[in-house]
Amino acid sequence: MRVPPRLEQRFVKVVLWSMTAITVFVLLFIVAYILRRGLPVLSLSFLTENPHEMGRTGGIFSTIVGTLALTAMALAVATPLGVGTAIFLNEYTWESRVTRIIRFGADCLAGIPSIIFGLFGFILFVIKMGFGWSILSGGLTLAFMILPTIIRTSEEALRSVPRSYREVSLSLGSTKWQMVTRVILPSALPGIVTGVILSVGRSIGETAAVIFTAGSALRLPTSLFSSSRTMSVHFYILAREGISMPNAYGTAAVLVLSILLVNIVTYRLMHRFIRKYS
Amino acid sequence: MSLIETEGLSLFYGNFQALKTISLNIESCRITALIGPSGCGKSTFLRCLNRMNDLIDGVRITGRVAIGGRDIYRRETDLLDLRRRVGMVFQRPNPFPLSVEDNVLFGLKVHGQTDRKILEEKLQRSLEAVHLWDELKDRLKTNALELTGEQQQRLCIARLAALEPEILLMDEPCSALDPIATEKIEALMFELRKRFTIVIVTHNMQQAARVSEETGYFLLGELIEFGETSRIFSAPRDQRTEDYITGRYG
Ligand SMILES: Nc1ncnc2c1ncn2[C@@H]1O[C@H](COP(=O)(O)OP(=O)(O)O)[C@@H](O)[C@H]1O
Ligand SMILES: [Mg+2]
Repeated sequence: MRVPPRLEQRFVKVVLWSMTAITVFVLLFIVAYILRRGLPVLSLSFLTENPHEMGRTGGIFSTIVGTLALTAMALAVATPLGVGTAIFLNEYTWESRVTRIIRFGADCLAGIPSIIFGLFGFILFVIKMGFGWSILSGGLTLAFMILPTIIRTSEEALRSVPRSYREVSLSLGSTKWQMVTRVILPSALPGIVTGVILSVGRSIGETAAVIFTAGSALRLPTSLFSSSRTMSVHFYILAREGISMPNAYGTAAVLVLSILLVNIVTYRLMHRFIRKYS
Repeated sequence: MSLIETEGLSLFYGNFQALKTISLNIESCRITALIGPSGCGKSTFLRCLNRMNDLIDGVRITGRVAIGGRDIYRRETDLLDLRRRVGMVFQRPNPFPLSVEDNVLFGLKVHGQTDRKILEEKLQRSLEAVHLWDELKDRLKTNALELTGEQQQRLCIARLAALEPEILLMDEPCSALDPIATEKIEALMFELRKRFTIVIVTHNMQQAARVSEETGYFLLGELIEFGETSRIFSAPRDQRTEDYITGRYG
Protein backbone atom coordinates (compact mmCIF):
# COMPACT_ATOMS: atom_id res chain seq x y z
CA MET A 1 0.00 0.00 0.00
CA ARG A 2 1.34 3.39 -0.93
CA VAL A 3 1.39 6.29 1.47
CA PRO A 4 -0.14 9.34 -0.23
CA PRO A 5 2.78 11.61 -1.25
CA ARG A 6 1.30 14.61 0.50
CA LEU A 7 1.04 12.74 3.78
CA GLU A 8 4.53 11.36 3.40
CA GLN A 9 5.84 14.84 2.75
CA ARG A 10 4.18 16.11 5.91
CA PHE A 11 5.40 13.18 7.96
CA VAL A 12 9.02 13.57 6.85
CA LYS A 13 8.84 17.26 7.52
CA VAL A 14 7.59 16.76 11.04
CA VAL A 15 10.19 14.11 11.81
CA LEU A 16 13.10 16.16 10.48
CA TRP A 17 11.83 19.23 12.21
CA SER A 18 11.60 17.45 15.56
CA MET A 19 15.11 16.09 15.21
CA THR A 20 16.45 19.56 14.63
CA ALA A 21 14.41 20.88 17.52
CA ILE A 22 15.78 18.21 19.86
CA THR A 23 19.36 19.01 18.85
CA VAL A 24 18.90 22.70 19.39
CA PHE A 25 17.06 22.11 22.65
CA VAL A 26 19.81 19.89 24.10
CA LEU A 27 22.43 22.40 23.14
CA LEU A 28 20.57 25.35 24.57
CA PHE A 29 19.66 23.41 27.67
CA ILE A 30 23.28 22.58 28.48
CA VAL A 31 24.48 26.10 27.87
CA ALA A 32 21.59 27.67 29.75
CA TYR A 33 21.91 25.28 32.68
CA ILE A 34 25.60 25.93 33.11
CA LEU A 35 25.27 29.66 32.67
CA ARG A 36 22.34 29.91 35.08
CA ARG A 37 24.35 28.22 37.76
CA GLY A 38 27.72 29.63 36.83
CA LEU A 39 27.05 33.25 35.96
CA PRO A 40 26.07 34.30 39.51
CA VAL A 41 29.51 33.21 40.69
CA LEU A 42 31.32 35.16 37.99
CA SER A 43 32.89 38.44 38.98
CA LEU A 44 36.05 40.32 38.28
CA SER A 45 37.70 38.87 41.38
CA PHE A 46 36.68 35.34 40.35
CA LEU A 47 38.65 35.84 37.17
CA THR A 48 41.63 37.64 38.69
CA GLU A 49 42.23 35.89 42.01
CA ASN A 50 44.03 32.63 42.53
CA PRO A 51 42.11 29.73 44.06
CA HIS A 52 42.33 29.32 47.84
CA GLU A 53 41.62 26.29 50.00
CA MET A 54 41.77 23.86 47.04
CA GLY A 55 39.39 26.09 45.15
CA ARG A 56 36.71 26.33 47.78
CA THR A 57 37.22 30.06 47.89
CA GLY A 58 39.05 32.54 45.71
CA GLY A 59 38.99 32.69 41.94
CA ILE A 60 40.38 30.72 39.04
CA PHE A 61 43.13 33.02 37.76
CA SER A 62 45.94 30.47 37.83
CA THR A 63 43.82 27.93 35.96
CA ILE A 64 43.05 30.49 33.25
CA VAL A 65 46.77 31.14 32.92
CA GLY A 66 47.42 27.40 32.90
CA THR A 67 44.85 26.84 30.18
CA LEU A 68 46.27 29.62 28.02
CA ALA A 69 49.85 28.46 28.53
CA LEU A 70 49.05 24.87 27.61
CA THR A 71 47.05 25.91 24.58
CA ALA A 72 49.78 28.28 23.43
CA MET A 73 52.39 25.58 23.88
CA ALA A 74 50.30 23.07 21.94
CA LEU A 75 49.73 25.51 19.09
CA ALA A 76 53.36 26.57 18.96
CA VAL A 77 54.30 22.95 18.34
CA ALA A 78 51.37 21.65 16.32
CA THR A 79 50.91 24.56 13.92
CA PRO A 80 54.32 24.45 12.23
CA LEU A 81 54.34 20.65 12.28
CA GLY A 82 50.82 20.35 10.93
CA VAL A 83 51.01 23.07 8.31
CA GLY A 84 54.44 21.80 7.27
CA THR A 85 53.14 18.28 6.86
CA ALA A 86 50.18 19.53 4.86
CA ILE A 87 52.45 21.56 2.58
CA PHE A 88 54.68 18.56 2.10
CA LEU A 89 51.80 16.22 1.32
CA ASN A 90 50.08 18.65 -0.98
CA GLU A 91 52.89 20.47 -2.75
CA TYR A 92 56.06 18.43 -2.54
CA THR A 93 55.03 14.87 -3.32
CA TRP A 94 52.92 13.10 -5.85
CA GLU A 95 49.93 11.16 -4.58
CA SER A 96 51.26 7.76 -3.71
CA ARG A 97 50.93 4.94 -1.25
CA VAL A 98 53.12 6.82 1.20
CA THR A 99 50.98 9.95 1.21
CA ARG A 100 47.87 7.83 1.63
CA ILE A 101 49.43 6.03 4.58
CA ILE A 102 50.37 9.34 6.20
CA ARG A 103 46.83 10.64 5.72
CA PHE A 104 45.37 7.43 7.06
CA GLY A 105 47.69 7.67 10.06
CA ALA A 106 46.56 11.23 10.73
CA ASP A 107 42.92 10.18 10.57
CA CYS A 108 43.52 7.32 12.98
CA LEU A 109 45.33 9.68 15.33
CA ALA A 110 42.26 11.91 15.28
CA GLY A 111 40.06 9.05 16.43
CA ILE A 112 42.11 7.97 19.44
CA PRO A 113 40.40 8.78 22.76
CA SER A 114 42.11 11.62 24.54
CA ILE A 115 42.75 9.59 27.68
CA ILE A 116 45.03 7.36 25.62
CA PHE A 117 46.93 10.45 24.56
CA GLY A 118 47.13 11.35 28.22
CA LEU A 119 48.62 7.99 29.08
CA PHE A 120 51.02 8.18 26.16
CA GLY A 121 52.10 11.69 27.16
CA PHE A 122 52.49 10.59 30.76
CA ILE A 123 54.78 7.73 29.84
CA LEU A 124 56.78 9.56 27.19
CA PHE A 125 57.08 13.13 28.40
CA VAL A 126 56.45 12.96 32.14
CA ILE A 127 58.41 9.78 32.89
CA LYS A 128 60.76 8.83 30.04
CA MET A 129 61.88 12.30 29.06
CA GLY A 130 61.71 13.52 32.63
CA PHE A 131 59.70 16.68 32.04
CA GLY A 132 57.49 15.79 34.99
CA TRP A 133 53.97 17.11 35.30
CA SER A 134 54.43 20.34 33.46
CA ILE A 135 53.15 22.75 30.87
CA LEU A 136 55.76 21.30 28.55
CA SER A 137 54.50 17.73 28.89
CA GLY A 138 50.87 18.78 28.70
CA GLY A 139 51.45 21.10 25.76
CA LEU A 140 53.30 18.46 23.77
CA THR A 141 50.59 15.91 24.47
CA LEU A 142 47.89 18.33 23.37
CA ALA A 143 49.96 19.16 20.31
CA PHE A 144 49.88 15.55 19.15
CA MET A 145 46.20 15.43 19.83
CA ILE A 146 45.34 18.42 17.67
CA LEU A 147 47.91 17.68 14.98
CA PRO A 148 45.53 15.65 12.77
CA THR A 149 42.94 18.44 12.75
CA ILE A 150 45.54 20.97 11.74
CA ILE A 151 46.97 18.73 9.03
CA ARG A 152 43.57 17.94 7.56
CA THR A 153 42.16 21.46 7.59
CA SER A 154 45.41 22.87 6.21
CA GLU A 155 45.41 20.32 3.45
CA GLU A 156 41.82 21.20 2.64
CA ALA A 157 42.76 24.87 2.52
CA LEU A 158 45.79 24.24 0.31
CA ARG A 159 43.76 22.10 -2.03
CA SER A 160 41.20 24.85 -2.49
CA VAL A 161 43.86 27.15 -3.96
CA PRO A 162 43.42 27.03 -7.74
CA ARG A 163 45.93 24.89 -9.61
CA SER A 164 46.53 27.73 -12.02
CA TYR A 165 48.21 29.82 -9.31
CA ARG A 166 50.82 27.14 -8.94
CA GLU A 167 51.36 26.82 -12.67
CA VAL A 168 51.67 30.55 -13.20
CA SER A 169 54.03 31.02 -10.33
CA LEU A 170 56.36 28.27 -11.52
CA SER A 171 56.04 29.35 -15.14
CA LEU A 172 57.38 32.74 -14.09
CA GLY A 173 60.47 31.00 -12.81
CA SER A 174 59.71 31.02 -9.10
CA THR A 175 61.02 28.23 -6.93
CA LYS A 176 58.57 25.90 -5.32
CA TRP A 177 59.18 27.49 -1.95
CA GLN A 178 58.53 30.97 -3.36
CA MET A 179 55.36 29.62 -4.87
CA VAL A 180 54.28 28.24 -1.50
CA THR A 181 55.12 31.31 0.54
CA ARG A 182 54.06 34.04 -1.88
CA VAL A 183 51.04 32.55 -3.60
CA ILE A 184 49.68 29.46 -1.93
CA LEU A 185 49.91 30.27 1.75
CA PRO A 186 48.37 33.75 1.50
CA SER A 187 45.41 32.27 -0.33
CA ALA A 188 45.08 29.33 2.02
CA LEU A 189 45.64 31.32 5.19
CA PRO A 190 42.01 31.83 6.23
CA GLY A 191 41.38 28.10 5.94
CA ILE A 192 44.50 27.24 7.87
CA VAL A 193 43.65 29.75 10.59
CA THR A 194 40.19 28.24 10.85
CA GLY A 195 41.71 24.84 11.53
CA VAL A 196 44.07 26.27 14.12
CA ILE A 197 41.24 28.02 15.94
CA LEU A 198 39.14 24.88 15.94
CA SER A 199 42.07 23.19 17.65
CA VAL A 200 42.21 25.98 20.20
CA GLY A 201 38.65 25.08 21.15
CA ARG A 202 39.63 21.48 21.49
CA SER A 203 42.69 22.24 23.65
CA ILE A 204 40.82 24.56 25.97
CA GLY A 205 38.22 21.93 26.71
CA GLU A 206 40.53 18.94 26.98
CA THR A 207 40.69 17.30 30.39
CA ALA A 208 41.81 13.69 30.28
CA ALA A 209 44.97 14.23 28.27
CA VAL A 210 45.97 17.14 30.45
CA ILE A 211 45.34 15.83 33.95
CA PHE A 212 47.91 13.07 33.38
CA THR A 213 50.54 15.29 31.88
CA ALA A 214 50.27 18.79 33.27
CA GLY A 215 49.17 17.74 36.70
CA SER A 216 46.86 19.79 38.86
CA ALA A 217 48.95 22.32 40.76
CA LEU A 218 47.02 25.40 41.77
CA ARG A 219 49.99 27.76 41.94
CA LEU A 220 50.49 30.27 39.20
CA PRO A 221 52.87 28.57 36.74
CA THR A 222 56.25 30.25 36.46
CA SER A 223 57.98 28.28 33.74
CA LEU A 224 57.43 25.57 31.13
CA PHE A 225 58.38 23.06 33.77
CA SER A 226 55.73 24.17 36.26
CA SER A 227 52.84 21.87 36.80
CA SER A 228 49.60 23.66 36.14
CA ARG A 229 45.91 23.05 36.37
CA THR A 230 43.64 23.99 33.48
CA MET A 231 40.08 25.22 33.83
CA SER A 232 38.61 21.92 32.72
CA VAL A 233 40.74 19.96 35.15
CA HIS A 234 39.83 22.43 37.88
CA PHE A 235 36.15 21.93 37.13
CA TYR A 236 36.59 18.17 37.18
CA ILE A 237 38.34 18.18 40.54
CA LEU A 238 35.98 20.71 42.15
CA ALA A 239 32.98 18.71 41.06
CA ARG A 240 34.31 15.22 41.68
CA GLU A 241 35.72 15.88 45.10
CA GLY A 242 32.67 17.93 45.96
CA ILE A 243 34.88 20.86 46.96
CA SER A 244 32.60 23.63 45.74
CA MET A 245 29.79 23.19 43.29
CA PRO A 246 29.20 26.93 42.78
CA ASN A 247 32.85 27.45 41.91
CA ALA A 248 32.76 24.41 39.64
CA TYR A 249 29.86 25.93 37.75
CA GLY A 250 31.59 29.28 37.64
CA THR A 251 34.60 27.63 36.03
CA ALA A 252 32.37 25.75 33.63
CA ALA A 253 30.66 28.98 32.64
CA VAL A 254 33.99 30.60 31.81
CA LEU A 255 34.96 27.52 29.79
CA VAL A 256 31.70 27.42 27.88
CA LEU A 257 31.84 31.12 27.12
CA SER A 258 35.41 30.96 25.86
CA ILE A 259 34.67 28.01 23.62
CA LEU A 260 31.59 29.78 22.34
CA LEU A 261 33.74 32.78 21.55
CA VAL A 262 36.33 30.66 19.76
CA ASN A 263 33.64 29.03 17.67
CA ILE A 264 32.04 32.31 16.74
CA VAL A 265 35.39 33.59 15.54
CA THR A 266 35.96 30.39 13.55
CA TYR A 267 32.53 30.56 12.04
CA ARG A 268 33.04 34.12 10.86
CA LEU A 269 36.42 33.34 9.38
CA MET A 270 35.05 30.33 7.58
CA HIS A 271 32.25 32.41 6.24
CA ARG A 272 34.64 34.98 4.86
CA PHE A 273 36.79 32.23 3.41
CA ILE A 274 33.89 30.64 1.60
CA ARG A 275 32.67 33.95 0.22
CA LYS A 276 36.10 34.77 -1.11
CA TYR A 277 36.66 31.53 -2.98
CA SER A 278 33.29 30.63 -4.39
CA MET B 1 70.33 28.42 -36.43
CA SER B 2 66.73 28.82 -35.31
CA LEU B 3 65.80 30.07 -31.88
CA ILE B 4 63.73 27.00 -31.05
CA GLU B 5 64.58 23.64 -32.53
CA THR B 6 62.92 20.36 -31.73
CA GLU B 7 64.15 17.09 -33.11
CA GLY B 8 62.20 13.86 -32.87
CA LEU B 9 60.36 15.12 -29.79
CA SER B 10 58.00 12.53 -28.35
CA LEU B 11 56.06 12.79 -25.14
CA PHE B 12 54.20 10.12 -23.20
CA TYR B 13 51.61 10.59 -20.49
CA GLY B 14 52.09 7.19 -18.92
CA ASN B 15 51.46 4.84 -21.81
CA PHE B 16 49.68 7.36 -23.96
CA GLN B 17 51.84 9.01 -26.61
CA ALA B 18 50.70 12.61 -26.92
CA LEU B 19 53.50 13.83 -29.21
CA LYS B 20 54.96 11.77 -32.02
CA THR B 21 58.49 12.65 -33.12
CA ILE B 22 57.94 16.33 -33.69
CA SER B 23 60.71 18.14 -35.52
CA LEU B 24 60.38 21.80 -36.25
CA ASN B 25 62.32 25.04 -36.21
CA ILE B 26 60.93 28.32 -34.98
CA GLU B 27 62.65 31.53 -36.00
CA SER B 28 63.20 34.43 -33.65
CA CYS B 29 61.05 37.57 -33.63
CA ARG B 30 58.20 36.00 -35.51
CA ILE B 31 54.78 34.78 -34.65
CA THR B 32 54.32 31.08 -35.11
CA ALA B 33 50.85 29.63 -34.85
CA LEU B 34 50.05 26.04 -33.97
CA ILE B 35 46.63 24.95 -35.11
CA GLY B 36 44.68 21.75 -35.05
CA PRO B 37 41.67 20.09 -33.45
CA SER B 38 41.63 19.96 -29.67
CA GLY B 39 43.31 17.08 -27.94
CA CYS B 40 46.00 16.82 -30.61
CA GLY B 41 48.95 17.84 -28.50
CA LYS B 42 49.33 21.57 -29.16
CA SER B 43 49.34 22.56 -25.50
CA THR B 44 51.52 19.61 -24.66
CA PHE B 45 54.04 20.72 -27.26
CA LEU B 46 54.01 24.26 -25.96
CA ARG B 47 54.57 23.07 -22.43
CA CYS B 48 57.65 21.17 -23.56
CA LEU B 49 59.30 24.44 -24.46
CA ASN B 50 59.36 25.76 -20.88
CA ARG B 51 59.37 22.33 -19.29
CA MET B 52 56.03 22.80 -17.58
CA ASN B 53 55.32 19.16 -18.34
CA ASP B 54 57.87 18.33 -15.67
CA LEU B 55 55.14 19.17 -13.17
CA ILE B 56 52.91 16.35 -14.35
CA ASP B 57 53.32 12.94 -12.80
CA GLY B 58 54.30 10.15 -15.17
CA VAL B 59 55.47 12.22 -18.14
CA ARG B 60 58.30 10.83 -20.25
CA ILE B 61 60.01 12.75 -23.00
CA THR B 62 62.38 11.62 -25.73
CA GLY B 63 64.08 13.60 -28.46
CA ARG B 64 65.71 17.00 -28.33
CA VAL B 65 64.48 20.51 -27.62
CA ALA B 66 67.02 23.27 -28.06
CA ILE B 67 66.53 26.95 -27.37
CA GLY B 68 69.24 29.26 -28.59
CA GLY B 69 71.22 26.19 -29.62
CA ARG B 70 71.27 24.59 -26.16
CA ASP B 71 69.36 21.49 -25.20
CA ILE B 72 66.95 22.52 -22.45
CA TYR B 73 66.50 18.95 -21.24
CA ARG B 74 70.14 18.67 -20.26
CA ARG B 75 70.65 17.84 -16.62
CA GLU B 76 72.37 21.10 -15.78
CA THR B 77 69.63 23.33 -17.23
CA ASP B 78 68.66 26.09 -14.82
CA LEU B 79 64.88 25.65 -14.82
CA LEU B 80 64.21 28.95 -13.12
CA ASP B 81 66.22 30.83 -15.70
CA LEU B 82 64.67 28.86 -18.55
CA ARG B 83 61.20 29.85 -17.40
CA ARG B 84 62.24 33.45 -17.08
CA ARG B 85 63.42 33.38 -20.68
CA VAL B 86 60.43 31.42 -21.95
CA GLY B 87 57.24 32.92 -20.60
CA MET B 88 53.75 31.51 -20.87
CA VAL B 89 50.31 33.07 -21.30
CA PHE B 90 47.52 30.72 -20.41
CA GLN B 91 44.08 30.12 -21.81
CA ARG B 92 42.18 31.67 -18.94
CA PRO B 93 43.45 34.98 -17.67
CA ASN B 94 45.01 34.02 -14.38
CA PRO B 95 46.31 36.97 -12.40
CA PHE B 96 47.19 36.26 -8.79
CA PRO B 97 44.67 37.54 -6.23
CA LEU B 98 47.10 40.37 -5.53
CA SER B 99 47.26 44.02 -6.51
CA VAL B 100 47.97 45.05 -10.08
CA GLU B 101 51.41 46.16 -9.02
CA ASP B 102 52.27 42.95 -7.18
CA ASN B 103 51.16 40.94 -10.18
CA VAL B 104 53.41 42.79 -12.60
CA LEU B 105 56.38 42.70 -10.27
CA PHE B 106 55.95 39.12 -9.12
CA GLY B 107 58.46 37.69 -11.57
CA LEU B 108 61.08 40.33 -10.92
CA LYS B 109 60.77 39.87 -7.19
CA VAL B 110 61.11 36.10 -7.27
CA HIS B 111 64.20 36.57 -9.39
CA GLY B 112 65.68 38.72 -6.69
CA GLN B 113 65.13 42.27 -7.88
CA THR B 114 64.69 44.53 -4.85
CA ASP B 115 65.74 47.96 -6.12
CA ARG B 116 62.68 50.14 -5.61
CA LYS B 117 63.58 52.41 -8.49
CA ILE B 118 64.07 49.66 -11.03
CA LEU B 119 60.86 47.98 -9.90
CA GLU B 120 58.89 51.18 -10.33
CA GLU B 121 60.30 51.79 -13.75
CA LYS B 122 59.63 48.22 -14.87
CA LEU B 123 56.11 48.45 -13.53
CA GLN B 124 55.36 51.44 -15.69
CA ARG B 125 57.13 50.13 -18.77
CA SER B 126 55.50 46.73 -18.61
CA LEU B 127 52.05 48.20 -18.21
CA GLU B 128 52.75 50.62 -21.03
CA ALA B 129 53.81 47.78 -23.28
CA VAL B 130 50.36 46.23 -22.96
CA HIS B 131 48.54 49.59 -23.01
CA LEU B 132 47.25 49.31 -19.48
CA TRP B 133 49.25 52.12 -17.91
CA ASP B 134 46.84 54.92 -18.67
CA GLU B 135 43.86 52.88 -17.54
CA LEU B 136 45.42 51.57 -14.36
CA LYS B 137 48.05 54.02 -13.21
CA ASP B 138 45.73 55.31 -10.50
CA ARG B 139 44.59 51.82 -9.54
CA LEU B 140 47.89 50.05 -9.07
CA LYS B 141 46.81 48.85 -5.65
CA THR B 142 43.47 47.39 -6.68
CA ASN B 143 43.08 43.66 -6.68
CA ALA B 144 43.73 42.28 -10.16
CA LEU B 145 40.67 40.06 -9.90
CA GLU B 146 38.50 43.16 -10.17
CA LEU B 147 39.69 43.90 -13.72
CA THR B 148 37.82 42.83 -16.83
CA GLY B 149 38.82 39.63 -18.60
CA GLU B 150 40.69 41.50 -21.29
CA GLN B 151 42.50 43.68 -18.78
CA GLN B 152 43.42 40.58 -16.83
CA GLN B 153 44.88 38.91 -19.88
CA ARG B 154 46.84 42.06 -20.71
CA LEU B 155 48.05 42.14 -17.14
CA CYS B 156 49.25 38.57 -17.47
CA ILE B 157 51.22 39.59 -20.54
CA ALA B 158 52.63 42.59 -18.66
CA ARG B 159 53.63 40.26 -15.85
CA LEU B 160 55.73 38.37 -18.39
CA ALA B 161 56.98 41.43 -20.21
CA ALA B 162 58.49 42.67 -16.96
CA LEU B 163 60.90 39.74 -17.11
CA GLU B 164 61.83 40.52 -20.71
CA PRO B 165 61.66 36.93 -21.88
CA GLU B 166 62.94 35.93 -25.30
CA ILE B 167 59.98 33.76 -26.07
CA LEU B 168 56.28 34.12 -25.31
CA LEU B 169 54.24 30.94 -25.41
CA MET B 170 50.54 31.67 -25.71
CA ASP B 171 48.06 28.87 -25.24
CA GLU B 172 44.76 29.97 -26.77
CA PRO B 173 45.14 33.38 -25.11
CA CYS B 174 41.89 34.72 -26.54
CA SER B 175 39.56 31.79 -26.15
CA ALA B 176 38.06 33.21 -22.97
CA LEU B 177 37.61 36.69 -24.47
CA ASP B 178 34.96 38.32 -26.65
CA PRO B 179 35.72 39.26 -30.30
CA ILE B 180 36.55 42.90 -29.57
CA ALA B 181 38.94 42.01 -26.79
CA THR B 182 40.42 39.34 -29.04
CA GLU B 183 41.10 41.90 -31.71
CA LYS B 184 42.89 44.13 -29.22
CA ILE B 185 45.03 41.31 -27.88
CA GLU B 186 45.94 40.36 -31.45
CA ALA B 187 47.01 43.92 -32.17
CA LEU B 188 49.13 43.76 -29.05
CA MET B 189 50.77 40.53 -30.19
CA PHE B 190 51.63 42.19 -33.45
CA GLU B 191 53.45 44.95 -31.63
CA LEU B 192 55.16 42.60 -29.23
CA ARG B 193 56.62 40.35 -31.87
CA LYS B 194 59.29 43.01 -32.46
CA ARG B 195 60.57 42.26 -28.99
CA PHE B 196 59.62 38.65 -28.42
CA THR B 197 59.38 35.47 -30.38
CA ILE B 198 55.78 34.40 -30.06
CA VAL B 199 54.40 30.89 -30.34
CA ILE B 200 50.63 30.85 -30.19
CA VAL B 201 48.29 27.91 -29.99
CA THR B 202 44.87 28.62 -31.39
CA HIS B 203 41.96 26.60 -32.57
CA ASN B 204 40.76 29.63 -34.46
CA MET B 205 42.09 29.42 -38.00
CA GLN B 206 41.21 33.00 -38.87
CA GLN B 207 43.29 34.08 -35.96
CA ALA B 208 46.25 32.00 -37.12
CA ALA B 209 45.88 33.47 -40.61
CA ARG B 210 45.63 37.01 -39.27
CA VAL B 211 48.47 37.12 -36.79
CA SER B 212 51.07 34.54 -37.67
CA GLU B 213 53.90 34.36 -40.13
CA GLU B 214 54.35 30.66 -39.79
CA THR B 215 51.86 27.92 -39.06
CA GLY B 216 52.10 24.33 -37.95
CA TYR B 217 49.21 21.90 -38.14
CA PHE B 218 48.93 19.27 -35.40
CA LEU B 219 46.78 16.20 -35.73
CA LEU B 220 46.67 13.41 -33.14
CA GLY B 221 50.09 14.19 -31.80
CA GLU B 222 51.77 14.53 -35.16
CA LEU B 223 53.01 17.65 -36.86
CA ILE B 224 51.38 17.23 -40.26
CA GLU B 225 52.67 20.32 -41.95
CA PHE B 226 54.72 23.36 -41.08
CA GLY B 227 55.46 26.41 -43.18
CA GLU B 228 54.73 29.98 -44.04
CA THR B 229 51.21 30.88 -43.02
CA SER B 230 50.15 32.30 -46.38
CA ARG B 231 51.37 29.18 -48.09
CA ILE B 232 49.70 26.80 -45.64
CA PHE B 233 46.38 28.54 -46.08
CA SER B 234 46.59 28.97 -49.86
CA ALA B 235 48.37 25.82 -50.97
CA PRO B 236 48.59 23.16 -48.27
CA ARG B 237 50.72 20.25 -49.34
CA ASP B 238 49.05 17.64 -47.21
CA GLN B 239 45.52 16.49 -47.86
CA ARG B 240 44.79 16.42 -44.10
CA THR B 241 45.82 20.05 -43.72
CA GLU B 242 43.61 21.01 -46.59
CA ASP B 243 40.67 19.13 -45.08
CA TYR B 244 41.15 20.97 -41.82
CA ILE B 245 41.50 24.50 -43.15
CA THR B 246 38.63 24.10 -45.54
CA GLY B 247 36.50 22.90 -42.65
CA ARG B 248 36.09 19.36 -43.91
CA TYR B 249 37.75 17.85 -40.87
CA GLY B 250 35.65 15.59 -38.63
N1 LIG C 1 48.11 15.65 -17.74
C1 LIG C 1 47.72 14.78 -18.68
N2 LIG C 1 47.66 13.46 -18.42
C2 LIG C 1 47.29 12.58 -19.36
N3 LIG C 1 46.93 12.90 -20.61
C3 LIG C 1 46.95 14.20 -20.94
C4 LIG C 1 47.35 15.21 -20.01
N4 LIG C 1 47.27 16.42 -20.61
C5 LIG C 1 46.85 16.16 -21.88
N5 LIG C 1 46.66 14.84 -22.09
C6 LIG C 1 46.23 14.20 -23.33
O1 LIG C 1 47.15 14.53 -24.34
C7 LIG C 1 46.49 14.83 -25.54
C8 LIG C 1 46.91 16.21 -26.01
O2 LIG C 1 46.41 17.17 -25.13
P1 LIG C 1 46.67 18.72 -25.33
O3 LIG C 1 48.12 18.92 -25.52
O4 LIG C 1 46.04 19.43 -24.20
O5 LIG C 1 45.88 19.01 -26.69
P2 LIG C 1 45.45 20.39 -27.34
O6 LIG C 1 46.13 21.50 -26.63
O7 LIG C 1 45.87 20.25 -28.78
O8 LIG C 1 43.96 20.48 -27.24
C9 LIG C 1 45.00 14.72 -25.28
O9 LIG C 1 44.57 13.48 -25.77
C10 LIG C 1 44.90 14.76 -23.79
O10 LIG C 1 43.85 13.95 -23.35
MG1 LIG D 1 45.13 23.01 -25.45
